Amino acid sequence: MDLILVNLIDGLVTGLLLFMLSAGLTLIFSMMGVLNFAHASFYMLGAYFGYQISIALGFWMGLLVAPLIVGVMGAAVERYGLRRVHQYGHVPELIFTFGLALLIEELVQFIWGKNQMPYDVPDILNFTAFAISGNSIPAYKIFMIFISVGIFIGLLYILTKTRVGMIIQAALSYPRTVEALGHNVPLIFMGVFGVGTALAGVAGVIAGPVLGTFPGMAFVLGSIVFVTIVIGGLGSLWGALVASLLIGWITTFAKSYNIEMENILNAIGIATPENMDENLFRDFWSLTSPQIADILPYILMVLILIFRPAGLFGKRTQ
Amino acid sequence: MSDTDPRTDLPEGARPKEQLKTDPTKPAQRMGAGTMTITLLPWIIASIAMMVLPMIFTNNSALTIMNQMSITIIFALAYNMLLGQGGMLSFGHAVYAGVGGFFCMHLMNMSDFFAMLPLPVLPLFGGLFGMGLALIVGAFSTRSAGTVFAMISLGVGELIAASSVIVVAFFGGEEGISGDRTYAQPFFGVEFLQQQEVYYLTAAWVIISAALMYAWSRTPVGRMANAVRDNPERAEFLGYSARWVRYYSFVASGFFAGVSGGLFAINYEILTEENLNAASSGIILLVTFLGGVGFFFGPIIGAVVFTLVQTVLSLETELWAFYAGSLFVATVMFFPGGLAGLIMMHVPAFKLGKAKLLVMPYLKTLLPAALGILGLCALVEMTFHYRHGATGDNEMTLFWTTFDSHTLLPWIIAGAVALIGIAIARKTAPDLKDAWNEANTAGGGS
Repeated sequence: MDLILVNLIDGLVTGLLLFMLSAGLTLIFSMMGVLNFAHASFYMLGAYFGYQISIALGFWMGLLVAPLIVGVMGAAVERYGLRRVHQYGHVPELIFTFGLALLIEELVQFIWGKNQMPYDVPDILNFTAFAISGNSIPAYKIFMIFISVGIFIGLLYILTKTRVGMIIQAALSYPRTVEALGHNVPLIFMGVFGVGTALAGVAGVIAGPVLGTFPGMAFVLGSIVFVTIVIGGLGSLWGALVASLLIGWITTFAKSYNIEMENILNAIGIATPENMDENLFRDFWSLTSPQIADILPYILMVLILIFRPAGLFGKRTQ
Repeated sequence: MSDTDPRTDLPEGARPKEQLKTDPTKPAQRMGAGTMTITLLPWIIASIAMMVLPMIFTNNSALTIMNQMSITIIFALAYNMLLGQGGMLSFGHAVYAGVGGFFCMHLMNMSDFFAMLPLPVLPLFGGLFGMGLALIVGAFSTRSAGTVFAMISLGVGELIAASSVIVVAFFGGEEGISGDRTYAQPFFGVEFLQQQEVYYLTAAWVIISAALMYAWSRTPVGRMANAVRDNPERAEFLGYSARWVRYYSFVASGFFAGVSGGLFAINYEILTEENLNAASSGIILLVTFLGGVGFFFGPIIGAVVFTLVQTVLSLETELWAFYAGSLFVATVMFFPGGLAGLIMMHVPAFKLGKAKLLVMPYLKTLLPAALGILGLCALVEMTFHYRHGATGDNEMTLFWTTFDSHTLLPWIIAGAVALIGIAIARKTAPDLKDAWNEANTAGGGS
């Protein structure tokens, strides 16, 4: 029971971190109709900028400034890159963001090298918040939860209750009409892109100290983020939240409970073959849940795309 | 500059000229590229070139590069069957090549069966297994094109790549599986011990596969794939199922990807997780797009150029992936037709007989631009050396000169070359544009 609680907290941290990335990505998708492959790269840039600023000015300034820089870079990418490629159609746009992801990874390696950066949790948060039957929960995790929940509530408030949010929502669905009403739609798009990438930057700054700041970090998280928004339904903010938490909990629980395939198969009435060495499916029999924890999201995504292509909360029907 | 439409097979300027030649009484000829000899000519030239090349470059490393090139050519052409001809963007196509290769490797290790099998037939099995996988995956992934297809391909790709570490019996885990091609039944006395013999085997497969893929693109199914790419709704109205057309393209593409995997197995005699993972899938997308997706020969150019960049440039600099990435992004942004698109842009000028008007403006603009870019590269290299070089190791060699990267002079020289080169290029660019317009205007002029 205690272990379940610990895992719930761990899964929540992972899920909320995923959500900070997928929220921006899903907003950008509903805006441009294109998946931004470079989104996780902005998360990585956030972590690296956060590290670089934290050396000079401390962690908190990094948390404040790094997302701003990342957001400005994102806006610039939209203004000078994506908008140019947009005229060629969706596939070149997707390819452009893919190339950008490659380029950013190379750029990061060029500037900071291939090794992991010594980006650590700030001293003020480096203590144990509380313990659940011997499993200590670091304060930093609680801090991460609060930051992400705060951002979610802020985002939801801006999008649904303010005038700016209304205009953004209208621009997402009927850009022509909103433009005809006198709003600068390209500017709105640029702003949304910038805010989305800035959110990814925040995620990078706060995840860098715990998940490690290294050139592969975008790649590790990148494809999982797409999986998240595809499962949640492209363009749906609530779907992104639900799917992020779902993936966070599924992977955490699969990693901490050692469920063996053999037991499952025996339980449903398939006997273990006697001669395991000769058996073609020997690897299948010896599967354990920690082994497949990382590919569970992909299995989930493929299943969802087959049976419910619009995703859990998706509105668009293909 | 980019007046080619990536969705059509011809640059816009070529259209009127092409239609002038068409005999209105024979509408069927509109698609024809001319007489039989003209369509066969590139193939004959390519075959002769591939036969002669190993006599010019005899050393083993050159042969290895050419083998790598050939494998990439088949893979890129197969990929372009999806991306260019079918409009389906796949982020996990390496899986079909990899799985085909893994099956070939297992066949190689089945000594009884392999001893009866001539080695040149092996890629066919790779193709069949790649096709088998494509049959299964395509059944659900080709239901729609666009983003959904891309995401399913990514998911399936990641799934199979990840299971390669788990399913050790088939994929061999981290170290992969290896075999020995020489245990095959001798093929007319050839045992494929020499690199050159393997080269000819690969070359033969390249010509055959490329010819087959070209033929496929000319069949009704291939033409319908183009129609479905451009306007699936209209294709449906004509009575074709867009889904089935996509499915056929997907399966055929899986077959040729598997062939390339089989050739990889023969050539390197080892397959690992690297052959399946997302990085390989990304590279093949890069290769294909760099070459140009709008033309059949685009991926061939892409494969040749990319392999050369990869092998030659990676010997010279650690930053080759950075340059390749920059080139890729620049291609997507400025020349969505790729290298093939760039080449085909000049066809109208040649047909008008005004191509020579372009020579001098090109020299005036592109030469300084190239120098400027080299200067920029020098700056990049020096920055990299300055930041990451070992302490005390201030010497670096660049463009056959050795200097101290911690002194000011080389920086000034490189910066000046970059600035002046690009400034001249910018200054002469309008002239180039005028010359370009002039060269592409029929009649009149000088």
